[in-house]
Amino acid sequence: MYAQMIKSTGEGVKSLEDMEPQERAFQERINAGGKIEPKDWMPDGYRKNLIRQIGQHAHSEIVGQLPEGNWITRAPTLERKAILLAKVQDEAGHGLYLYCAAETLGVSRDQLTRDLLSGKMKYSSIFNYPTLTWADMGAVGWLVDGAAIMNQVPLQRTSYGPYARAMVRICKEESFHQRQGFDIMMKMAKGTDAQKKMAQDALNRFWGPALMMFGPSDENSVHSAQSMAWKIKMNSNDELRQKFVDECVPQAQYLGLTVPDPELKWNEERGHYDFTQPDWDEFFDVLMGNGPCNTERLEARNKAWDDGAWVRDGLMAHAAKKRAAKLAAE
Amino acid sequence: MSTPEAKPYPGTQAVEHDKARADEWPLFEVFIRGQHGLSHRHVGSLHAPDAEMAIKNARDVYTRRNEGVSIWVVQASDIAASSPEEKGSLYEPSNDKVYRHPTFFDIPDEVGAM
Repeated sequence: MYAQMIKSTGEGVKSLEDMEPQERAFQERINAGGKIEPKDWMPDGYRKNLIRQIGQHAHSEIVGQLPEGNWITRAPTLERKAILLAKVQDEAGHGLYLYCAAETLGVSRDQLTRDLLSGKMKYSSIFNYPTLTWADMGAVGWLVDGAAIMNQVPLQRTSYGPYARAMVRICKEESFHQRQGFDIMMKMAKGTDAQKKMAQDALNRFWGPALMMFGPSDENSVHSAQSMAWKIKMNSNDELRQKFVDECVPQAQYLGLTVPDPELKWNEERGHYDFTQPDWDEFFDVLMGNGPCNTERLEARNKAWDDGAWVRDGLMAHAAKKRAAKLAAE
Repeated sequence: MSTPEAKPYPGTQAVEHDKARADEWPLFEVFIRGQHGLSHRHVGSLHAPDAEMAIKNARDVYTRRNEGVSIWVVQASDIAASSPEEKGSLYEPSNDKVYRHPTFFDIPDEVGAM
């Protein structure tokens, strides 16, 4: 998802009997639906995992501005431009909410930023794909934000208080993102032949990468089992992917577009759509840094950080000067 | 990287990718009054060089959809907080004072609403 392939201690889930009293009390509180707050005791693994997961989620929001920012100056109307601008601004806000949540775990935002810029920390694979046409803005809002919602709604109930509260804020705003994307798709799909072709092409290119957002099957993953025991992951990757497919197929039908999967068909017995898995070799390749836009995205973030250095330093110098003047006046 | 490293500016700390900024913007906690008549409520935190900029940033980060009519910011390091370990000694004394709740007292039906 926005946080993919998060690794835990790798030791498997301890049973309550095997835990020391402090850890047992912690786990029992989570089992009972209680929240963990920043100053509460927590196992090291829980803290480390959350920093990685929330950090990766935050980085995804920030890097996620780039593919859409690409179209702000080229939006077809002033209204579309204003809407896209508001959406991209929301993504920056979502990144900030999440960095704040991560900071309550004892890591600084600048540290997380440095780890993103150096490539040590990851962001979602989806943002390493290019946005080639205006219809891509539709596909991104509809599918990418749609997949994000699928993952983020359950995370509103996650065990870590600050993360859950950030998710509540984010989910409220995310629904605007998905709808504006679908609205673009409706316009394009009901438009001229050329527009409809563009919409179909966007769906063709984003369908696989959107399915990859949920990450590979984790039915047998010890990392997932631990995250689920800690309630920092609420559903399995396959479960969410299936839910996403089931929701998107009728929407694509409404648009008169074809989901690019010849095997896709309703399975009466399961009550779900059967579908083809995305290309997992491609997924791992993108994660390794070999996607179409990995280099470009990281370069853009590094350039923004470097070019903004004088502003950050200037504002600090100004604040220090004002503080000194105020002290002198007292 | 595609761009040169940031150059040091006179009197400020330059940033290099692998070093901690000596001057990281401090963290502010943000409180917003949602409507007239309600109290300010904690909504989150953000970084800013000073309180004035923190309010400006809070406007952009926490009130993009008319969520507030008033913003307070306070530097996080200035907040004193109780610790979870004190939970017992702080809150238990009120547990055995049930008479503080009106439901402790039985008022006969014939007295009517009270």
